[in-house]
Amino acid sequence: MTEAVVSVTGLRKAYGTTVAVADVGFDVRAGEIFGILGPNGAGKTTTVESIAGLRTPDAGTIRVHGLDPVRDRAELTRLVGVQLQESKLQPKITVAEALELWSAFYADPIPSGELASRLGLADLLQQQFRTLSGGQQQRLSIALALVGRPKVVILDELTTGLDPRARREVWGLVRDVRDTGVTVLLVTHSMEEAQALCDRVAIISGGRVRALDTPDGLVSRAASATVTSFRASTTVDLEALRKIDGVASVRTDSGVITVEGAEDSALEVLSSLAAQGVSPSKLRVVEGSLDTAYLDLTADHVLETT
Amino acid sequence: MTSTAAHTSDGAQRASATSAVIRAEARLFTRELASLFWIVLFPVTLLLVLGLIPGFRDADPALGGRRVIDLYGPVVILVSMIMAGLMAMPAVVWAYRDAGILRRLRTTPVKPESLIGAQVLLHAAAVLASTLLVLIVGQLVLDTSLPQSWIGYAVAYVLVLVASFSLGSVVTALAPNARVGTTLGTIAFFASMFTAGVYYPVDGMSGTLRDTVELTPLGAATQAMNAAMVGDFPDPRHLLVVGAWALVLSLLSARFFRWE
Repeated sequence: MTEAVVSVTGLRKAYGTTVAVADVGFDVRAGEIFGILGPNGAGKTTTVESIAGLRTPDAGTIRVHGLDPVRDRAELTRLVGVQLQESKLQPKITVAEALELWSAFYADPIPSGELASRLGLADLLQQQFRTLSGGQQQRLSIALALVGRPKVVILDELTTGLDPRARREVWGLVRDVRDTGVTVLLVTHSMEEAQALCDRVAIISGGRVRALDTPDGLVSRAASATVTSFRASTTVDLEALRKIDGVASVRTDSGVITVEGAEDSALEVLSSLAAQGVSPSKLRVVEGSLDTAYLDLTADHVLETT
Repeated sequence: MTSTAAHTSDGAQRASATSAVIRAEARLFTRELASLFWIVLFPVTLLLVLGLIPGFRDADPALGGRRVIDLYGPVVILVSMIMAGLMAMPAVVWAYRDAGILRRLRTTPVKPESLIGAQVLLHAAAVLASTLLVLIVGQLVLDTSLPQSWIGYAVAYVLVLVASFSLGSVVTALAPNARVGTTLGTIAFFASMFTAGVYYPVDGMSGTLRDTVELTPLGAATQAMNAAMVGDFPDPRHLLVVGAWALVLSLLSARFFRWE
């Protein structure tokens, strides 16, 4: 039985008349990378900022290792490392000075040298923050979130603005962090990132959790878990395909027919084609991506947020 | 807590964290050469340049036998205070706020107040260095006197220092962003330069203008420091004006300051 390290129930937060978070609840298990995925303005950042103790919820309960982030702020700061969205450092502070400064905040910090080499900062120690590339700044930011040996780290929009190579490097680091037993709470609006990194994902939209599952689980649950595409030499009865159980959509685009549907829909499509006497060419059956699942799960709620 | 190191008292941990913040910010301050120039070197340079004007070095019966240059000693010290309080420090605080440094510190065991506190301390130290430089160089080169009433001087000095920094802090708090803030700060800076007597010594002003200027924090401070220079304890009216400004402005800045 894995216990919940972070537990959120009935969280609600409004800024004036704007409801940022309507009703969010989830449990994060020890040692997992838990993703919070959703479009901009969905309430992701407000949710994690409430967990970090930066915001006071209007309603709901948050517990982090049994602590209330508002009431037990001081103790919480020793357990939780936070990398905030678009957070920078003093422009002229060097990497070494930043590591040394943040080490002084905690009773038992990870030695700076060890942390620097783990995060690939060893060659940059004398460089000032403003001269670092986006990826280097982000690695330093992660290092500072880890220096106090936290049990939980919150990483908000970690790879926004990084090039694909730097992104992959940062992903590798996050996996390493998880492998040392730290629970990771990752906020992202990138499907690719959630699919690559997360053990479980909560999809948040319009201030509510719309789905919570493993990335694979979310994909197979979605209406477009399987995408079948082919060319046909003769006319195909598209209506017949649409009537198949589990088929979500059928479309034709310059001779290529694409059928999106539930996991077992491909076989049904093929037997329907056989019954029509159509022999498909260039047949492809691929797994739907988290992208399509995400669009499925968040599409209905766009209106609700306005 | 499981870790043994965590048993060291929280107070000791906090003290070492605070001193680490001050050390780090001090090192960063030494890299701000422009700020250091304007706060520490510019005031004494200004005094020396004014000392080159021949008439300024002659005793003036209208000023009770003092020379114009004698009046400028307190004035250039006030210039260093408003340079620090209105120009240099707000820029740092905006940069820290906009970059999210203050917000991020709130997620650590250290409070963002310690960072602001370190900045106040360092800028005040720079003003103090500037003051000593003005007093020493002034005496050696221009034969200006040292304060004759040290206590009166110190009281006026501390009050006007608090008032200048609080004024800067109010501007920092009220400006929606750094651009508007810089404009507001610059306006307040030039107004303060005038009331401090940079363009024309307050003692040389007359009538309503002088009465009005003496109701401003810098104008009253100039007069109080001038009195202390020649050995009188400052007029309580002047100290009261500076003190009231210091109190009101620091309360306002505490009320309106935003961390993010």
